Amino acid sequence: MKNWYKILSVIFILYTLVWGLLNPVPRLDILNETIRNVYYHVPIWFAMLFMMTVSLIQSILTLTKNNLQHDTKAYNAALVGFFFSLPGLTTGSIWAKYTWGTWWTFQDPKLNGVAISILIYLAYFILRYSVDDEMKRARISAVYNVFAFVMMNVFIMILPRLTDSLHPGNGGNPAFAQYDMDNNMRMIFYPAVLGWVFFSFWLYSIKNRISFIKNKLND
Amino acid sequence: MILSLIKKEFLLEFRQKSTIGGVLVYVIGTIFVSALCFKGRLDKPTWNALFWVITLYTSVTISGKSFLKETGGQALYNYLHYSPTHFIISKTIYNMVFMLALSFITFFFYAFFIKNEVENLGLFLVVLTLASTGLAAILSLMSAIASKANGNFAIMSILSFPVLMPLILVVIRISKQAVDGIEWAGVGFNFIGILVALNVLTIALSFLLFPYLWRD
Repeated sequence: MKNWYKILSVIFILYTLVWGLLNPVPRLDILNETIRNVYYHVPIWFAMLFMMTVSLIQSILTLTKNNLQHDTKAYNAALVGFFFSLPGLTTGSIWAKYTWGTWWTFQDPKLNGVAISILIYLAYFILRYSVDDEMKRARISAVYNVFAFVMMNVFIMILPRLTDSLHPGNGGNPAFAQYDMDNNMRMIFYPAVLGWVFFSFWLYSIKNRISFIKNKLND
Repeated sequence: MILSLIKKEFLLEFRQKSTIGGVLVYVIGTIFVSALCFKGRLDKPTWNALFWVITLYTSVTISGKSFLKETGGQALYNYLHYSPTHFIISKTIYNMVFMLALSFITFFFYAFFIKNEVENLGLFLVVLTLASTGLAAILSLMSAIASKANGNFAIMSILSFPVLMPLILVVIRISKQAVDGIEWAGVGFNFIGILVALNVLTIALSFLLFPYLWRD
C-alpha cells in the first residue's frame, strides 16, 4: 500500500468539500458564513509551506550529496508550491473582500509576506533558466533556495507576529485556539490540512516521475 | 588572511578612482534630482520612504559589482590562494565598511539638499548603521550568486529585491519612529533586535553557503 496517501487525500478533500459546506459553524461577527473558507484557504497555504520545506530539504541534499536528482526534486517541489500559492491567494482575496471589504490591503504583513515569497520563487525560477551548465545550476540555485527560504520565513512567520495584523492569531499569541474554532470545525479543518498536504505530495511525485522519464529519454 | 584580503579590496578600490568618484556622483546626482522633483514639498513619511529607496538602489548598484570582477583568471587565482570562508567574510566586511561610509554620506547630502526631518537623530543613526551592514551582507552573497549566473545586472536586482524586503520593511518602520521623534522609552526594540538578528543570520548563512559557490 504505497498509495495510501493518494486515497486518503481524495477522501479527505471530498469530505471537506461536502461536509465543510453542510456542517454548522459558529456565528461570529463580520465572519459569518465565510468562516468556512478556513477549510480551504488555510490548508492550501499549509500545503504550499510543506512543499517549500520539501524544496529546502532537497536543496540542502543537493549541496551535501552533490547529486543532480535532488536538484530536480527541489525544482519540482518549488514548482508545486508555487502552483499552490495561486489558489491560496485567490481564496484569501475573495475572503478579504467579504470580511475586510477589500481585495488586497498593504496593512497586513502576511499579505505582503506572501507577495514577496512569490517574487522570491519567481526569482529562483529565473535564476535556474539563466544558467546552462547543469551541475553549476544545481549548486547556485540550491544556495539561493536555502537563503531565500530563511528570509521568507522571517517574513511570513516572525514579522506578522510582532506587528498588528488583520489575520487571527497574530499581533501577539500565534496559538491555534485563536482561530475561534469549535470542535465541529476542527473535525473538518484537520482532515482538510492533511488532505491538501497529501495532494501536494501526490502532484510532486507525479512531477518527479515525469522528470525522471524525460531524463531517461534524453540520455 | 582576512585582513590582507580586506586591504587588497581597499587598495583596488582606491587605485581606481573612477569607481569611488562615480559612486559619489551617482549618489549626489540622485539626491539632487529628487530634490528638484519634490522642491521641498515632502511630508515625513515620504521623506522617510524616499531616503530608503535611494539607499536601497545605491547599495544594490555598489555591492552588485563586488563579485563581478572576480571572474575568469581572477577567480582561478582566488580559488588557488584563499579559503572560501576567508574570502566571503572579507568581502562582506569590506562591503559593510564601504556601505556604512556611503550611507552616511547619502544622509548628509539628503539632509543638505532636501531637508533634515529626523527628530531622534541617535536612533536614526543606529538604524542607518544596522541597515547598511545588513544590506551589505545580503548583497555580498547575492552578488556572489549573480556573478556565477553569467553575472548580468538584471539577475542581481531580481535576486536581491525580494530577499531584501524583510530588512527594508523593518528599517522603514523604526526609521519612521526616529523621524517622528519618539522618545527612547517608546522605541520598538524588538524590531532593532530583528535587525541585529538579520545581520547575524545573513553572515552565518553566507559563511555556510558560500563554499558551495566557490568551485566552478
